[in-house]
Amino acid sequence: MRHHLVLRVVAKLLIPFIILYGLYVQFHGDYGPGGGFQAGVIVASAIILYALIFGIERTRQIFRPEVLLVLAPLGVMLYALVGFWAMAMGGAYLDYDFLAANDTAGQHIGVITVEFGVGLTVTAVMTLIFLAYAGRTHEIDDEDW
Amino acid sequence: MELLIDIVLLGLLAITAVAIVATRHLFVATMLAGAYSLTSAALLVNLDAVDVAFTEAAVGAGVSTVLMLGTLTLTRRREKAHRKLSFGPLLLVLATGALLIYGTVDMPAFGDPNAPAMLHIAPDYIAGTRDDIRMPNIVTAILASYRGYDTLGETAVVFTACVGVLLMLGRRRDEDEEAGSRRPERGA
Repeated sequence: MRHHLVLRVVAKLLIPFIILYGLYVQFHGDYGPGGGFQAGVIVASAIILYALIFGIERTRQIFRPEVLLVLAPLGVMLYALVGFWAMAMGGAYLDYDFLAANDTAGQHIGVITVEFGVGLTVTAVMTLIFLAYAGRTHEIDDEDW
Repeated sequence: MELLIDIVLLGLLAITAVAIVATRHLFVATMLAGAYSLTSAALLVNLDAVDVAFTEAAVGAGVSTVLMLGTLTLTRRREKAHRKLSFGPLLLVLATGALLIYGTVDMPAFGDPNAPAMLHIAPDYIAGTRDDIRMPNIVTAILASYRGYDTLGETAVVFTACVGVLLMLGRRRDEDEEAGSRRPERGA
């Protein structure tokens, strides 16, 4: 891991910006292209880039699989709970109109929350699948590059 | 101009597809498949489907290429050679392709506002997004609000895929080797 100086420096520079862009795509989904799914994949690709450059073991210590295993169903649950929240406020399932005083505000709250749930699930799932694949291989030695 | 870009991109797609079929080197095929996805993303941008293009670039060219490379580290790098041309499948593929092209003859023109798909419920979505939801990105409004059930289902599908992969591959190789349930295949 002492080699690849250029790769490590470039990755360290890029990863924060990739995650920032992911957050932009996540929370700007109502205004521009994108949404939870794309944002989740972008954040996951930042984590995968980290894993490719700095090794699987370090990645597992930072993005712990146990935590990701909680985040993946949490996103789906958040989405499903928004539906029940709308029912509790007197609407139909996933009818965001009832989430706030007026319809437009309710729709915005609903869409942002739901997209956040999607983003959470997709980030966790993509990272977990990558870690599952990568965990099956032996560590690649520097000479094998 | 748009037509010219379309022709160039479609030509690139065809060349990439032929190259993927022709190569026996799986690493090359994987990278070409990534390039194919990126070219399709460019094509989708040209069709003004930016949200789809975004997904295609992120998932098709990005994550799935990485996952295919991860798979390649577990398998051989070369496809088994079988050069024999089999005529049955070739005929089937040609017939299916001809049928699909024949099917496009009846399709409405690209972007036709009077296409059947545009007359049923799309006007309601467009008017509702403009007047009630008030979101500039109509795709997000449809996916997250009007089709909220579908998106909930899709998120559940993504989660289910994760559960499936983890059940099959979730145990790491060193854990397996410690448990002695499988012998190390390479002398590492």
